[in-house]
Amino acid sequence: MMAQDAGMFTVHQTIGSVLCCKCGIRMQPNAANMCVKCLRSEVDITEGLLKRLVLVHCPECESYLQPPRTWVKLQLESKELLTFCLKKLQKNMNINKVKLVNAEFIWTEPHSKRVKVKVSVQKEVYNGAILEQSYLIEYVQQDHMCESCSRVAANPDQWVAAVQLRQHVSHRRTFFYLEQLILRHGAAARAVRIKQMDHGIDFYFSNRSHGNKFVEFIGKVAPVKSRSDKQLVSHDSKSNNYNYKYTFSVEISPICHEDLICLPPKAAAILGNIGPIVICTKVTNSIALLDPLTLKFGFLDAEQYWRTSFKSLLTSRQLVEYIVLDIEAVSSEITVGGMKYVLADAQVARVSDFGKNDTQFSIRTHLGHLLKPGDLALGYDLYGANSNDMELDRYKGYIPEVVLIKKSYEEKRQKRRGKPRSWKLKSLNMEVDDKIKVNEDKNDAEYENFLKDLEENPELRFNISLYQNKDYQPSEVASVTEDDGQPIPSVPDDELLAADLLAAEFDDLDLIEDGDGEDDMAE
Amino acid sequence: MATRLQFENSCEIGAFSKLTNAYCLTAIGGSENFYSAFEAELADVIPVVKTSIGGTRLVGFLSVGNKNGLLLPHTTTDQELQHLRNSLPDQVVVQRIEEKLSALGNCIACNDHVALAHTDLDKETEELLADVLGVEVFRQTVAGNVLSGSYCALSNRGGLVHPHTSIEDLDELSTLLQVPLVAGTVNRGSEAIAAGMVVNDWTAFCGSDTTATELSVIDNVFMLRGDTRPGDGFDGMRKSLLDSYK
Repeated sequence: MMAQDAGMFTVHQTIGSVLCCKCGIRMQPNAANMCVKCLRSEVDITEGLLKRLVLVHCPECESYLQPPRTWVKLQLESKELLTFCLKKLQKNMNINKVKLVNAEFIWTEPHSKRVKVKVSVQKEVYNGAILEQSYLIEYVQQDHMCESCSRVAANPDQWVAAVQLRQHVSHRRTFFYLEQLILRHGAAARAVRIKQMDHGIDFYFSNRSHGNKFVEFIGKVAPVKSRSDKQLVSHDSKSNNYNYKYTFSVEISPICHEDLICLPPKAAAILGNIGPIVICTKVTNSIALLDPLTLKFGFLDAEQYWRTSFKSLLTSRQLVEYIVLDIEAVSSEITVGGMKYVLADAQVARVSDFGKNDTQFSIRTHLGHLLKPGDLALGYDLYGANSNDMELDRYKGYIPEVVLIKKSYEEKRQKRRGKPRSWKLKSLNMEVDDKIKVNEDKNDAEYENFLKDLEENPELRFNISLYQNKDYQPSEVASVTEDDGQPIPSVPDDELLAADLLAAEFDDLDLIEDGDGEDDMAE
Repeated sequence: MATRLQFENSCEIGAFSKLTNAYCLTAIGGSENFYSAFEAELADVIPVVKTSIGGTRLVGFLSVGNKNGLLLPHTTTDQELQHLRNSLPDQVVVQRIEEKLSALGNCIACNDHVALAHTDLDKETEELLADVLGVEVFRQTVAGNVLSGSYCALSNRGGLVHPHTSIEDLDELSTLLQVPLVAGTVNRGSEAIAAGMVVNDWTAFCGSDTTATELSVIDNVFMLRGDTRPGDGFDGMRKSLLDSYK
């Protein structure tokens, strides 16, 4: 080649033919100087290679054992199974210095318990000649139940880790919301059992790490305090194996969305001395508090809250309806923590007083952007409330008589009562303890309130999956629009997802992308 | 007809013996089998001499010769030289030469008329070859290998070369050497021809691994079957076709 590059003339070389030294047929000379057939008959490169191997298979979960202890789920005649089978041959091939060239499955009956693989290998023989040969390997499938299946079969209810989620409040709103969050993120996918308890829910897992992961997930979505414990179940003294049952006790803070709180001085100091009366606007893994008189806000994360743990003064059960008589904006629109507020002075009267007496209240409210004279609003009645709070008694400064929280859509909802919504929610598969007395009506009312909350608050919907309700007829809703042009808060269609095909309870179809909640509710 | 034999369990008999039309040299082995095999064939016709060269048994690799003379490397001792001069016929000139490439048998292949030499051979050696052996010397490679002596076995009637030799090379060599040439193998596919066999005008000896096919090729090209025409009737081929396993 070099000579040719240099421009020299080289004679073209034709390879002659020689006779194969064994059988005498004419052939091109090769490194062994034997024709391929003679070479094959001389040398068997598959000598010393494994031809029969054992695969341990669990019939319950269709998985194969990868020594020493892992079980991996594989399909018959799949690429992964081929890789798995070939890995067992690797060491043997390396010792014999053969190279794997090609492998494929030969079909066998699924119940024959045999997997056949045809493998082509290459090896160097004599001096430099590379010979390729293919042969058949038979894998015998032995049935042996894997550890997890045998444990499940022995005792289906057995759990190793339990997470006890508790919140000491009188309503279950947080748990409804958490249930939807858990469903959306699939955090309880590994739970063996879920049980509904008084003031909380218990989750049971078969593995400590699953329980731990769940606790961490909850820690990210709610302000919690947790502790863990373990209990010895059995002990193998020969191999020093200890089996424990682990319990995680998780307590969620009792402060909820829309609660009225009187801050103790220590907490107020952390937050920059915002007025002692604050509203809780948002609860994630930190608590957002808003002072309605000054529109100042503060955040408390879980640790800070539990250091100065305080309870709410009034909860949303104690909301009272007010009618707005007059409202006058005091400040311009201020965006606080992502929400717009307008500070306003308002004249309000309790609906229960309206028409009966002249009791009116002049208050300052942060809902100036929402309310117009004649609107109904929900708020806390501090004037008439009989609160049993030490902080409130201690506080010497000004306490507002009324704190408005939100606009009320109660009247408009009356017209829609009984009609189904256009969306549905999934629920977790929870066991309910028979021993606890369940108040059905109270539960239903609370759930209904929760659904209303979802309709009103797009930010609440952010982390939740809503599904289309197939039973819903849109034509009915068209008639239910507000007279004065204000639409009732409802969930826009593009926020609705179709349910997974696996969910048997729902008949929904095509998948719609879940966009961010648009601010489609009433201004 | 070619004979199969072994030297102390090795099939490379071309290393341990040298066969010409006028004499035969063999190495000194532990048993007499090797020597006896040559003696049985050749004793009536030519002298068969047991020797060592430079204290080694590699007689075939180290020496080169034909019916006119014998050339030995500089490592040959005086006793060996004297022994050879005494044992061989007078018309055979025994000469020790100073040559850097001392494995003369690997570097030079020759018959009574013409020789193929290693391309890097000294000029004096070439002249000595022409003088002592009475041959015309051609510096050539065989199948790209410079060791022409080890990849080519020559007699006055034919020659066997390395199996990978191309057709053009075969033609060229054949023209130079004026004998028919064939590319083939010996000792079950081994490419070192001259290491595996020795040949003269009427007989040849091969390593015992040589297959029947190879033997028939050798018989054909060196015309050993007792008649001058190759590819005769079945009678002529009988000996080479029917293997005898000792």
